[in-house]
Amino acid sequence: MRGLVKHYGETKALAGVDLDVREGTVMGVLGPNGAGKTTLVRILSTLLAPTAGQATVAGYDVVRQPRQLRRVIGLTGQYASVDEKLPGWENLYLIGRLLDLSRKEARARADELLERFSLTDAARRPAGTYSGGMRRRLDLAASMIGRPAVLFLDEPTTGLDPRTRNEVWDEVKRLVGEGVTVLLTTQYMEEAEQLASELTVMDRGKVIARGGIEELKARVGGRTLRIRPADPLRLRPLAAALDELGITGLAPVTVDAERAALLVPVLSDEQLTAVVGAVTAQDVTLASISTELPSLDEVFLSLTGHRAGEPLDTEPAGSAEHREEVAA
Amino acid sequence: MSATTVPPAQTVHDARIPLRGHLRHTGALVRRNLLWIRQDPESMFDAVLFPIVFTLLFVYVFGGSIGQALGGGQEAYVQYIVPGLMAMMGMNMAQGVGTGFNQDFNSGVMDRFRSLPIGRGSVLFAKIAVELVRMLIATTILMVVGVLVGFDITNWPGLLAAVGLSAVFGSALMWIFLTLGVTMKNAQSVQAMGFLVLMPLQFGSSIFAPPQSMPDWLESFTEYNPLSSLADAARGLMVGGPVAHDLWMTLGWTVAITAVMAPVAIHKFRTKD
Repeated sequence: MRGLVKHYGETKALAGVDLDVREGTVMGVLGPNGAGKTTLVRILSTLLAPTAGQATVAGYDVVRQPRQLRRVIGLTGQYASVDEKLPGWENLYLIGRLLDLSRKEARARADELLERFSLTDAARRPAGTYSGGMRRRLDLAASMIGRPAVLFLDEPTTGLDPRTRNEVWDEVKRLVGEGVTVLLTTQYMEEAEQLASELTVMDRGKVIARGGIEELKARVGGRTLRIRPADPLRLRPLAAALDELGITGLAPVTVDAERAALLVPVLSDEQLTAVVGAVTAQDVTLASISTELPSLDEVFLSLTGHRAGEPLDTEPAGSAEHREEVAA
Repeated sequence: MSATTVPPAQTVHDARIPLRGHLRHTGALVRRNLLWIRQDPESMFDAVLFPIVFTLLFVYVFGGSIGQALGGGQEAYVQYIVPGLMAMMGMNMAQGVGTGFNQDFNSGVMDRFRSLPIGRGSVLFAKIAVELVRMLIATTILMVVGVLVGFDITNWPGLLAAVGLSAVFGSALMWIFLTLGVTMKNAQSVQAMGFLVLMPLQFGSSIFAPPQSMPDWLESFTEYNPLSSLADAARGLMVGGPVAHDLWMTLGWTVAITAVMAPVAIHKFRTKD
């Protein structure tokens, strides 16, 4: 897509976005609420017309060939778009019929997909009675009825517990294994790392970074070391000591007072070792120590110099995306 | 997914949807809406109770006095009100379609439908088809209750014609309510709006009482009110009397409303954000 722009009145939800996704890969679009991710997906899936710019999906133009395009895409929205009053099987059968499968084909496809997404037992129950994870799986199944070449996953695991999230990830990985091209939007670095091969980071309707996962991770400082002293009172002295150490190139240490932990971004294994050594030298008893991937906040901090969703000088905070705000 | 991507080597997809496709899509969506009723039988309460409650209320509360004015008694009023209520039935069902449609929109299901290669009108046609089924059920119940309180069915073909006329006029009104359902923010406002528009139209008509006793300004309003035409046409068809003028007026309104509102509703639906 080229120079995609979407305005809502004065609000610019997308302020010129360029994006290329290679066939058979997963492109992760990472960004906070209001970044324009959902607007982007809605334009690419023909639900919204762009104000300017053009985009092709699987060779079809989103504005001029919407009907053809709708045949080759699948969409799983942020808010599970299944009919809650209909049983799971009926949901899939309905989509099959709307995709011009014969009655027999639609029945077979519904059975097959329920089986595949482990929903056969719940096939006759209204989708409204499903758990969150089951509903997302049904939603994914519904997107797969037409064997799409391109699948849009708009925050597929937002609001799910970690176990259910893993289930959904496994399903997405299987789909990718079958050669589906996926555009995934997410707020979680971890999700992007699990699923995507390439990443585009968006903020306020603009692309602020793009590249391979490893490349971006290196740019945003790789890992964060989370150190929790057994005695919370030691927190600040320890932070001060680490700051004074003068490990070259160490990003500023932050104190997470709420969880009584220190967050130390480290760029290399050498730095990691040096920090651990320094902590040991302070003779502090530790309750826990762990490394984690940078959070979305940290990614943003290092890429843009401001926190996600934090106001810039002139623009109002979070005004960028109409849709997500309304839905939130 | 970009200019550089080679389109997948598959059959070229046709942009046009054949008529059979439209019918298949509408059929599938009708099935969905019927399953809703099976899942949630309470949604049929209005269609079942409305004709019972209104018939009994009007016949026993106003029947005596208005009947006297008509030159008979309660008996005479039954002959007057039953065709009137039939005209009203279409209206009330039409109002419900807007509310239900709006609720649909506020769930993610509509996004899914709109991302499928179906004619966008199919979704609306299916709604109307199901609403017509509900209307026929309500009408049947109305006739049963009507007969129980003393309505004489003398003219079966006329009765069926009146049912048909109410149905086509009702489906014309549904386009208005579908438009409201698409444009308004939530189901409550759709309902409130529908109520505000319908109440004066219903009572300022010849549905419940003959307009001759109304003040002049109201009488002229009643005369041009399409609901009066429909009620009078239904009356003429079911119990006798002049029909032609009101029949043509009703059909004229039906065509005019549909011609204007159906494209508006489909357009609004197509371009909804």
